[in-house]
Amino acid sequence: MQNQSAQPVLQLKGIHKIFPSVHALKGVDFNLYAGEIHALLGENGAGKSTLIKVMTGVYQRDGGEILLEGKPIFPNNTGDAQDLGISTVYQEVNLLPNLTVAQNIYLGREPRRLGLINWNKVNRDAQELLTGYDLDIDVTLPLSGYSIAVQQLIAIARGVDMSAKVLILDEPTASLDADEVQSLFRIMRELKARGIGIAFVTHFLDQVYAVCDRITVLRSAQLVGEFEAATLSRSELIGHMLGKELAELGEHKPQVKTENADALLDVSGITRTATLSPIDIKVGKGEVVGLAGLLGSGRTELCRLIFGVDKKLGGTVIFNGKAVNFSSPRDAIDAGIGLCPEDRKHDGILGQLSIRENMILARQIKQGWWKFISRKEQEAIANQYVKELSIATSDIEKPIEQLSGGNQQKVILARWLAANPSLLILDEPTRGIDIGAHAEIIRLIRKLCDQGLALIVASSELEELVAFSSKVIVLRDRNKVAELDGSDINPQRIMQAIAAS
Amino acid sequence: MNLSKNPNLRRYLWPCAGLLLLLLINAIIAPEFFHIEFKDGRFYGSVIDVLNRAAPVALLAIGMALVIATGGVDLSVGSIMAIAGAASAYYITKGVDNLAIIIGAGLLAGLIAGAINGFLVGYMSIQPIVATLILMVAGRGIAQLMNEGQIVTFDHAGFAFLGTGDFLGLPFPVVLVIITFVIVQLLTRKTALGLYIEAVGANPSASHYMGLNAKAIKMSVYCVAGLCAALAGMIAAADIKGSDANNAGLWLELDAILAVVIGGASLMGGRFSIFLAVIGALIIQTLSVTIILSGIPPKFNLLIKASAIIIVLLMQSPLFQKQLSQLNIWKKKEANHA
Amino acid sequence: MLKLNPKFIPLAVTCCLFFLLFGIGAVQFEGFGSSRVLFNLLSDNAFLIIAAVGMTFVILSGGIDLSVGAVIALTGVVCSVLISQYQWHPLVVFPVVLIGGTAFGAIMGAIIHYYKMQPFIVTLAGMFFARGLASVISEESIPIEHEFYNQVAAFGFMLPGDAWVGTSTIICLLVLVAAIIVAHYTRFGGRVYAVGGDANSAALMGIPLAQTTIRIYAISAFLATLAGIVYSFYTFSGYSLAAVGVELDAIAAVVIGGTLLTGGYGYMFGTLMGVLIMGVVQTYISFDGTLSSWWTKIVIGLLLFCFIALQQLLVRGKPR
Repeated sequence: MQNQSAQPVLQLKGIHKIFPSVHALKGVDFNLYAGEIHALLGENGAGKSTLIKVMTGVYQRDGGEILLEGKPIFPNNTGDAQDLGISTVYQEVNLLPNLTVAQNIYLGREPRRLGLINWNKVNRDAQELLTGYDLDIDVTLPLSGYSIAVQQLIAIARGVDMSAKVLILDEPTASLDADEVQSLFRIMRELKARGIGIAFVTHFLDQVYAVCDRITVLRSAQLVGEFEAATLSRSELIGHMLGKELAELGEHKPQVKTENADALLDVSGITRTATLSPIDIKVGKGEVVGLAGLLGSGRTELCRLIFGVDKKLGGTVIFNGKAVNFSSPRDAIDAGIGLCPEDRKHDGILGQLSIRENMILARQIKQGWWKFISRKEQEAIANQYVKELSIATSDIEKPIEQLSGGNQQKVILARWLAANPSLLILDEPTRGIDIGAHAEIIRLIRKLCDQGLALIVASSELEELVAFSSKVIVLRDRNKVAELDGSDINPQRIMQAIAAS
Repeated sequence: MNLSKNPNLRRYLWPCAGLLLLLLINAIIAPEFFHIEFKDGRFYGSVIDVLNRAAPVALLAIGMALVIATGGVDLSVGSIMAIAGAASAYYITKGVDNLAIIIGAGLLAGLIAGAINGFLVGYMSIQPIVATLILMVAGRGIAQLMNEGQIVTFDHAGFAFLGTGDFLGLPFPVVLVIITFVIVQLLTRKTALGLYIEAVGANPSASHYMGLNAKAIKMSVYCVAGLCAALAGMIAAADIKGSDANNAGLWLELDAILAVVIGGASLMGGRFSIFLAVIGALIIQTLSVTIILSGIPPKFNLLIKASAIIIVLLMQSPLFQKQLSQLNIWKKKEANHA
Repeated sequence: MLKLNPKFIPLAVTCCLFFLLFGIGAVQFEGFGSSRVLFNLLSDNAFLIIAAVGMTFVILSGGIDLSVGAVIALTGVVCSVLISQYQWHPLVVFPVVLIGGTAFGAIMGAIIHYYKMQPFIVTLAGMFFARGLASVISEESIPIEHEFYNQVAAFGFMLPGDAWVGTSTIICLLVLVAAIIVAHYTRFGGRVYAVGGDANSAALMGIPLAQTTIRIYAISAFLATLAGIVYSFYTFSGYSLAAVGVELDAIAAVVIGGTLLTGGYGYMFGTLMGVLIMGVVQTYISFDGTLSSWWTKIVIGLLLFCFIALQQLLVRGKPR
């Protein structure tokens, strides 16, 4: 921190990035100094990954400036960025599993003799290089034989060896255990001492405080601020990330459910080792249970487990008074459960197909392929929901991919409503949706619960959870850490539960 | 303008317009092209010929359209034709006279072959090109094994009817295409199967979240493709009254893929129309007639077909569409300057 | 480390299989286990080895090239027309067709990369195109009559045990050595494996995808053209319907040679063994006399299935 006054090694000024459907970065600044570890934080859709892709040349910015050591740069691809000295290590390690460790480190710049690759030198150099990272492994074996943690370090070694001035680590710790994280931190501190600027993306707050000097927070495609890690309290930080200046939260609360409401879903000790510790959940008829927690806390995993997408490895599920064991989504659907997945584009919409087809498909599958819903009925269903959910479209035959994110989400909601479930699980229903549609979806959730539908809603938006939940379950690090109800459901309490360590 | 706004109508526009254009060209260069005669209870004429010749590829294209809709491809249908033809020939030469057994044997052979493909693709998750390559290579060997290496000729009036008979004045292969078309159309559009197939092709992951069993759906489309190929193979065998393991259906898998692509389907899967696939098969056959009629030697056939594939594929490519529209803008600017 | 490096398993299986088949033949039939039979395998299949080496580059990168057989036929037709009808000297003709063939492959590669089309459909169109062009040039088989061809046929030397090493054997071995060097000792070779392993990661690591893809298909077409020239040494003619289905034999050889059909894993040497295994099966069947030739196709189909299943197991067993 001695050179605070000096020029940042990498400086981003007023970066804009506009995609056809969304304005992903709205004038974001980011300053990275040599010899510091700088956390880049924000919830899903805040713009972190877009910002990183702009820095590394995967995306081209639509506005603003990038200065490397004071000089403007225009990386057109990752190769350019690497040549300039910006290296990136991604969460899902972007190395080549089929090549040897040494090949991965020197790919594209192998030392040659007489025009041919000098494999002896490649392997020797790689071995030496990795010794500097406390890795004593056989570099002539394929990368795929090593753990993610080792692959992560190899990727870092490659990046730094390519004369990196700036190293970007995009959620490198997501799949590491505690020891592995510690050795990664040791390497990061060594690199910092060598004067490399490190941008560190993570959603584990403990790790941020353990290793970072400064913190930049993004929210909703905008810069919230740049903070010194030493002077920013944990709850302040979460406040910045989740956007709770804790002012007015609008009108409150659905009717609090009576204690003797019939239990619809009773989950106890459901688990999937490594991705989720045993968790209990009870949902009554007509009740909305909120799942709070930061990204990676186990929210999505829990939703998937209940719905039978992943196989549970322990625990029991009682649904509608019957013990059930869902081995696939189909079982859950037949029992009367629906799930709107978190990743709408990848797991939700059928892009080429029409709004009508997207809406009726779940109901059709539930009925069976031979009981065809006639075209007329399909149109009636589609038109009904377009009206009821006020989906902005002129034509139910339009491919769903042409709708905005909010309207796509409503179509997926309609898909499940048409299948007439008794429990609906919504995983981040408002992710990547503009403000207007956001409010509408919340209104919709309230309405559904008034109509007697039970809901489980996972969200990182505290206001949202407070606005409609009759019970909030807080997850941290794949564990259930609190269950709040009644007057305990307020942003401060939830935040405390998330932040406590 | 309104027409081009509706994506469903627009899909039908190009292939149909292409076929009409080819027919028009044929009519202009050879006015007798549309001349149809009714003789001995059967229609005769160039158009009928085109329909008859297109029948095997049209059958294959119906099955292939379903397979491609799931994001797959079946390279083995030509070999399956040979197997089915050989299976039928085997029973005829063994002295079996019951037509149901003879046809049943061919269909069963196709169904088994399709099930093997479906198992490899659906349940073993082997890439479709790779999985169906196995039967493409081995299938002709199996057919030769049944034929004991000979070109087996036979004489069975009932079976020959499949290839050379007529029904209601139409050649029987054409009737078979119509029947198959109607059955598959009913199965896919009057039940939810068609929608399921499109869903699996459009987004396998989302389909899984909705409880679709993609494995079973893939299995069933490869089985349908196998059955269609078997039917085409028996028509081909009945037509020449013999089973030729080496040449029956040779390269027809490529024509079938081409027919589906010309019909506007994306090789990535999703939307399909077996009507357009049949139109595609008709375009291919009409094109070869056009080539003959226009006096271009038939040896140009393949070259023109190759150009047709490339043009159709380029038209589907987003980058090419962009380049084309840029060219248009440029031309307009030019015109404005002038 | 007693454990065999997993990436060598398919190659090891291939080599064992070859020696096993050859051994069975040698025990069963007199004269099978001779160097003459071994070198005949090489000289009879030289053109296939050359084409399969090109196919190996393509498959290693995760693609496929269906135009190989057609390019061989087109090469034969062009050579025979230029030599017999235009009286060009073969040594002038060869560079011309090789350059033409390479350009053809480069164009296919460019279309695949820039228009993001599937390799199988682009090379399928390429196959139609090359066969179509060949039949437009001539539908008849054209004999090649030139003193040079006679010299080529006569060139060679005898190894002990009646083993004849002719021009085609020499060319195919040279190609193999060159391919091994390119695949395993140049940066380009590394890029081929990288693209086949994971094209996205390769791009993020700074591999120039366009250049690599275009070069891969250019090499495949270059080698297919060379295979066409060698093929004309056997037939002394050019015919537009020659070499039908060679692309399938080449793909089968590559897979039986232990190369992963989805790309990223495999060895040039394995492809040689793949072709030789197919050759041994054929030789065995012809030595046996009671088995019919169609068993070759069935056995090759079974081998294909076994290797694909083996690959699937290896890939699935791997944490990724």
